[in-house]
Amino acid sequence: MKKIYRVEDLDCAHCAAKMTEGIKKIDGVINAEVNFLTQKLTIEADDDRFDQIVKQAVKVCRSIEPDCRVLL
Amino acid sequence: MTRKQKKRLIKICAATVLLIAVSCLPIQNPVLRFALYLLPYLTVGFDVLWTAVRHILHGQLFDEQFLMSVATLGAFALGENREAVAVMLLYQVGELFQSIAVGKSRRNIAALMEIRPESAVVLREGAEMTVSPEEVAVGETVLIRPGEKIPLDGVIIAGNTAIDAAALTGESLPLEKQPGDRVISGSVNLTGLIEVKTESIYADSMVAKILDLVENASSKKAKTETFITRFAKYYTPCVVGAALLLAVIPPLFVGGFAGWLRRALIFLVVSCPCALVISVPLSFFGGIGGASKKGILIKGSRQLEQLAAADTFVFDKTGTLTKGNFVVTEVLPVGMSEEELLCLAAMAESHSAHPIARSVTRAYPEPFDRERIRGMTEHPGQGIEAVIDGRRVFAGNARLMREIGITPAEPSVAGTAIYLARDGQYCGCLVITDEIKEDAPAAIAALQKLGIRKTVMLTGDRREIAQYVGDALQITQIRAELFPADKVNAIEELIAGGAKPAFTGDGINDAPVLARADVSIAMGALGSDAAIEAADVVLMDDKLSGVPAAVKIARKTMRIARQNVVFALSVKAAVLLLATLGFANMWIAIFADVGVAVLAILNAMRTMR
Repeated sequence: MKKIYRVEDLDCAHCAAKMTEGIKKIDGVINAEVNFLTQKLTIEADDDRFDQIVKQAVKVCRSIEPDCRVLL
Repeated sequence: MTRKQKKRLIKICAATVLLIAVSCLPIQNPVLRFALYLLPYLTVGFDVLWTAVRHILHGQLFDEQFLMSVATLGAFALGENREAVAVMLLYQVGELFQSIAVGKSRRNIAALMEIRPESAVVLREGAEMTVSPEEVAVGETVLIRPGEKIPLDGVIIAGNTAIDAAALTGESLPLEKQPGDRVISGSVNLTGLIEVKTESIYADSMVAKILDLVENASSKKAKTETFITRFAKYYTPCVVGAALLLAVIPPLFVGGFAGWLRRALIFLVVSCPCALVISVPLSFFGGIGGASKKGILIKGSRQLEQLAAADTFVFDKTGTLTKGNFVVTEVLPVGMSEEELLCLAAMAESHSAHPIARSVTRAYPEPFDRERIRGMTEHPGQGIEAVIDGRRVFAGNARLMREIGITPAEPSVAGTAIYLARDGQYCGCLVITDEIKEDAPAAIAALQKLGIRKTVMLTGDRREIAQYVGDALQITQIRAELFPADKVNAIEELIAGGAKPAFTGDGINDAPVLARADVSIAMGALGSDAAIEAADVVLMDDKLSGVPAAVKIARKTMRIARQNVVFALSVKAAVLLLATLGFANMWIAIFADVGVAVLAILNAMRTMR
């Protein structure tokens, strides 16, 4: 399954790259991208664990940039 | 300006006022003075310090906030109170600029793509209902008023209007549409109320495809972009490491700890790679967005990079360089007027459906009495024999003429010749050629002006015709009489010869060739899904001038991206060098960090134009 989420207050391009890498490392993630310019998070992951994976991804984002919010 | 930006601006102003006030106070006590300088410092920098602390708690070292905190606190430790506040202040000013610039370019790009229809008025059981385009099914009737966007692809069933497809094709001339004509979603209905029967759901409609393509373009990274990402990963830790060494090692030998610490702090300020990390993808994003405004869809940064690097442009002939319709270009009568010869040919060919015969009848639009034509016979592969006004007329190729004992002189112009003979007497010939597109010569010339020295034409057509078209367009290499598989081989030969070919075709029947070339361009894609799928670059209309235009945009984007890389890296390298030698101060460092980032962003925004 592939889903796209909006990200708010993502202020630094470098962080977006770090988030992308962090999310890709989560078990079950096939592909992921945090796009700084479109302010969007794209996750492609296993269907059965998807919700859990997204939660983990949000955690990764918040650990890198505490102010940013993923709109689920 | 967003709420966050406004808040930042207020803090900056407050801190500036406080800084000036504190600087003017004649206080000698160092502790009191430090305490007073803390006021503007914390006003403007508290967020930064707090974020840095939180990042450390999350295990994120070496980010911008952390580096800025260390640098400014270090300056305080050295007793440079004013510098410490100023560095933090300027850092925030830079961040604000950066945020405004990025926000602005993001909005500009969003505006470029303002083709998304917000709603559709659908007729259900005789009543008008306003729904979102996603909720409209195939075969429903939607009502579109003048000034509204067409929400879904479909066919007009009632009403006449003019359509503005400028947002899709960049072509600003309105197109007249009447019942039975197809309309494409994303274009704007200009003059009349129309009813459209939908042919696809929203997700499959042209507008959704285009938006999807442009929005996903930035995920196909160019080499330059991956280089920057990789570079950024190593740059910061390296510079921070160097700063640490600079603060510790030299003082052991030459002493003067404070001076070396100051140099190390400068290192920290310039250690953020943000100028690069923002401006390079922004350049590509802007370039792709700007191109889409002109009806040129580039599938990704990687494709843009390849288009900029392409040195050989390969074209399919029919439908790309030529219109694919056949037109009578020469009338060469013998012993009669041009008019008479045309009329004779048109009458002889009037019952045939062959494309060449059709082009002859089109060339003579005058009505004639069909009763005059009797006993028409077709000679397959040769031509036609007919009895006109009681006289036996032959119209066909040279073989047919030889069959009846005539050896016609071959016309000197290229094309397909149709010879005519009446009662055994040769009457002359017509030359039919595939019409070259009006803008093709200008487009090829423009490519040559861009420094493309090699242009190649591939065609399944006869050599003479290919030569004629090639000469007219000044194409450097002509490959004629090719089967589809030969076209792929031709591309492979070019690649083997070290060329970087870009192939332009109309997207019909040339999918294998599109796939093989380094970068492929499909023309006339508005309404053709196959072309959009197959090609790297999609020209929405069938104007060949889109090819040099796309190359220009690609090259400009690459140039700007490279400028940003070189500019940011060289300024940072220079400041690092000056700092090591002790010639740089905090002010220069702050310019190398946020100043360079802002300039690079402003430069990147040029790609959109």
